[in-house]
Amino acid sequence: MEALDIAANVLSSTIRLSVPLLLACLAGLYSERSGVFDIGLEGKMLAGAFAGAAAAAVTGSAWLGLSAAILVAVALALVHGFASITHRGNQIVSGVAINFVAAGATIILGQAWFHQGGRTPSLPGTARFGAITLPGAEAVRDVPVLGPIYSGILSGHSLLAYLAFLAVPFTWWVLYRTRFGLRLRAVGENPAAVDTAGISVTFLRYRAVVCTGILTGMAGCYMALSQNAGFVKDMTAGRGYIALAALIFAKWKPVPAMFACLLFGFLDALSIRLQGTPLPLVGRVPVQFMQALPYVLTVILLAGFIGKAIPPRAGGVPYVKER
Amino acid sequence: MDLSRVGFVAPPIPAESGADKGAGRLMAEAAIELIGIDKNFGPVRANRDINLAVERGTILGIVGENGAGKSTLMSILYGFYQADAGEIRVAGKPVAIRTPNDAIALGIGMVHQHFMLVENFSVLENIILGAEAGGLLKGSIARARAELARLEREYGLEVDPDALVEELPVGLQQRVEILKALYRGAEILILDEPTGVLTPAEADHLFRILAQLKQQGKTIVLITHKLREIMAITDNVAVMRQGTIVATRRTAETTMEELAELMVGRRVLLRVEKGEANPGAVKLSVRGLTVEDSRGVTMVDDVSFDVRAGEIVGIAGVAGNGQSELLEAIAGTRRAVSGSVTLDGGAIAVTGHADPGELRDRGLAHVPEDRHHVGLVLPFEENENSILGYHDKPAYLKGPLLDTGAILADAEDKIKKYDIRPPNPRLRTANFSGGNQQKIVLAREIEQDPAVLIVGQPTRGVDVGAIEFIHRRLIAMRDAGKAVLVVSVELDEIRSLSDRVLVMCGGRIAGERSPETSEGELGLLMAGVEQEAAE
Repeated sequence: MEALDIAANVLSSTIRLSVPLLLACLAGLYSERSGVFDIGLEGKMLAGAFAGAAAAAVTGSAWLGLSAAILVAVALALVHGFASITHRGNQIVSGVAINFVAAGATIILGQAWFHQGGRTPSLPGTARFGAITLPGAEAVRDVPVLGPIYSGILSGHSLLAYLAFLAVPFTWWVLYRTRFGLRLRAVGENPAAVDTAGISVTFLRYRAVVCTGILTGMAGCYMALSQNAGFVKDMTAGRGYIALAALIFAKWKPVPAMFACLLFGFLDALSIRLQGTPLPLVGRVPVQFMQALPYVLTVILLAGFIGKAIPPRAGGVPYVKER
Repeated sequence: MDLSRVGFVAPPIPAESGADKGAGRLMAEAAIELIGIDKNFGPVRANRDINLAVERGTILGIVGENGAGKSTLMSILYGFYQADAGEIRVAGKPVAIRTPNDAIALGIGMVHQHFMLVENFSVLENIILGAEAGGLLKGSIARARAELARLEREYGLEVDPDALVEELPVGLQQRVEILKALYRGAEILILDEPTGVLTPAEADHLFRILAQLKQQGKTIVLITHKLREIMAITDNVAVMRQGTIVATRRTAETTMEELAELMVGRRVLLRVEKGEANPGAVKLSVRGLTVEDSRGVTMVDDVSFDVRAGEIVGIAGVAGNGQSELLEAIAGTRRAVSGSVTLDGGAIAVTGHADPGELRDRGLAHVPEDRHHVGLVLPFEENENSILGYHDKPAYLKGPLLDTGAILADAEDKIKKYDIRPPNPRLRTANFSGGNQQKIVLAREIEQDPAVLIVGQPTRGVDVGAIEFIHRRLIAMRDAGKAVLVVSVELDEIRSLSDRVLVMCGGRIAGERSPETSEGELGLLMAGVEQEAAE
């Protein structure tokens, strides 16, 4: 029975930990499917987390926090768009710059506004997105099998977590069932085909990076307002990069992206659960090793266990009308 | 003669005064008129005062060398660029075409030289892209499917609507491009170098489709630099040179020779004169060579032949019958499965680790088929490419460093000798036209004075004027007592250059013929017909 509880516990935190990855991964999907590589997911998440926490701390409203997070992340996404779409700059350089700006600016502004060494004040429950108990969760708690799965694993997450998982089928629908999705996929593969079909490549790509901004803002907000009760410096801790790895792992498709993020979330949850616990055969494993596991796995998976991952063909290349 | 039947109405006076008076009757017949079109790209005057009219329901050919301004003119018509000056009229009405959307709305469709298709999309998705019926795809797809069936019935344009474009052969991909234009209601179809990527059979099929479209009343503009196509399919032809239209003719009243002369601005020999060959000792000997491609399919099957000093041996064949692999194996860039090759009496390790650099030192020069990927490093400067592969020769070195002065002087020398334009050895190689790039490769290989020269597709994508020059050079090599092996898919070229013709089909030598053999007979050999009859 104890083993079952541990399993439910690990799976529940798997979901919790994969939410920011999933939101960031889907964010990257919109941008990269349109042909704009975005290594700046990390920075946008971080800026979104800070903006969300700061706004929530000042206004006391989680919803205003979310709005601020999205607004700031979209603004940074537009900066990336301005550099890489309008001015055809190098997308990697622009993305890295955004990461640096976000890492520095959040600390400076945090210190200037709240004087807590770069943190934002701890948020009360009313200014956060708290756990939602799914209808009937209490009633089925004691039912065998169903109980632990429904009320132990699926119930009790924040609204943003459920939105993140709903965003998966929604993104699939947008990509494969709407005009916008068709054009988005086309512009990442062959922007010249889109241009000659009479569609503006620039406008289309801008819309894609705005989608990226919205989702990274949500990812940051989730970290600051659900997982934690406020902003701590560098709190994204490389999740933007892991999300990019998951995106490649998922070959730029929404449903595989969800599974990739769940896998990374699971490893994260496992490494937390196993810290200090002696394992059979190997005994006590150093904490650092467990913490490194998700990253080691990332390298191994990307180094060849996923088959051929073909990125959108026009990815990373600014569109210039050929002479 | 009824003037209204003449396809070209080239108003001698610019638009303001000339277009209206008395022109009404003439113009009524014209689907498109371009009046006084000018277009500059920085200092380059791509189009100068272009006046052109295309009669409805006819096929107009536009010929000219690379860089003559043909594609620019058509891009202006399609709204890809804006003209700096001039007027466009469609069906007699002045129009402003600012974007491809405007062009599409006016019934102008374009089939680009490099297809504007999304390769991992299905045919249907490609066709509806940009012409969707609404925000959701479901309705658009259904509508396109029905419309595609209608177009298939009407024009015989068959293609599987659910196939992925990247899995279709090039000829069918082009058909998708045509369908895309027709789906958008195109009445005027512009085709930019449509046969550059097609096999001869696919090209014939395309011409049948175009003839049928014309019968249905569509107007077609065909841009090409292949004169044979102009003669075969067009009703009228306009010749462009250096951004202007230098002449317009009815196709029936002109000849290939006249058009070539108009294009280049001087008399061009479509077939270079050459004297009798004087073959000497065997320089290159191929015995039982068998080569597989990367998938393990046998591409060259037990091929044997000799090339002697002082002769040109031509290998004819439809593309993809093993010629490329044969060349690569001899040049040491692809490992053969079995067989042997001797160069000047010494063996080449074709089945082991042949070293192309060592072969070069032994007097084998190779002009590869694919100059963009194999023959040149396009981002390099011209002078760097002109010594590529020979860069470790003492003449180009100063101690361990490259002697840039000597290299530049050498490059300038080659530029002069081969008339490479623009004559600037510091220019990025990518900025040269195809013909001049080919001359850079030829100059590099020929100027090393090799004993054996093997050349793949010597004039692919090369202008008429440069073709003549390249042919002259190859014949001069022969007359200097070198052994020359030429592989080309252009039968004309093989027949005009070679002293002996080998025909390849299905990886085998289907036969050896003299260059005087009729095109028909060679064509049958290429198609493998005689071989089957003999067996």
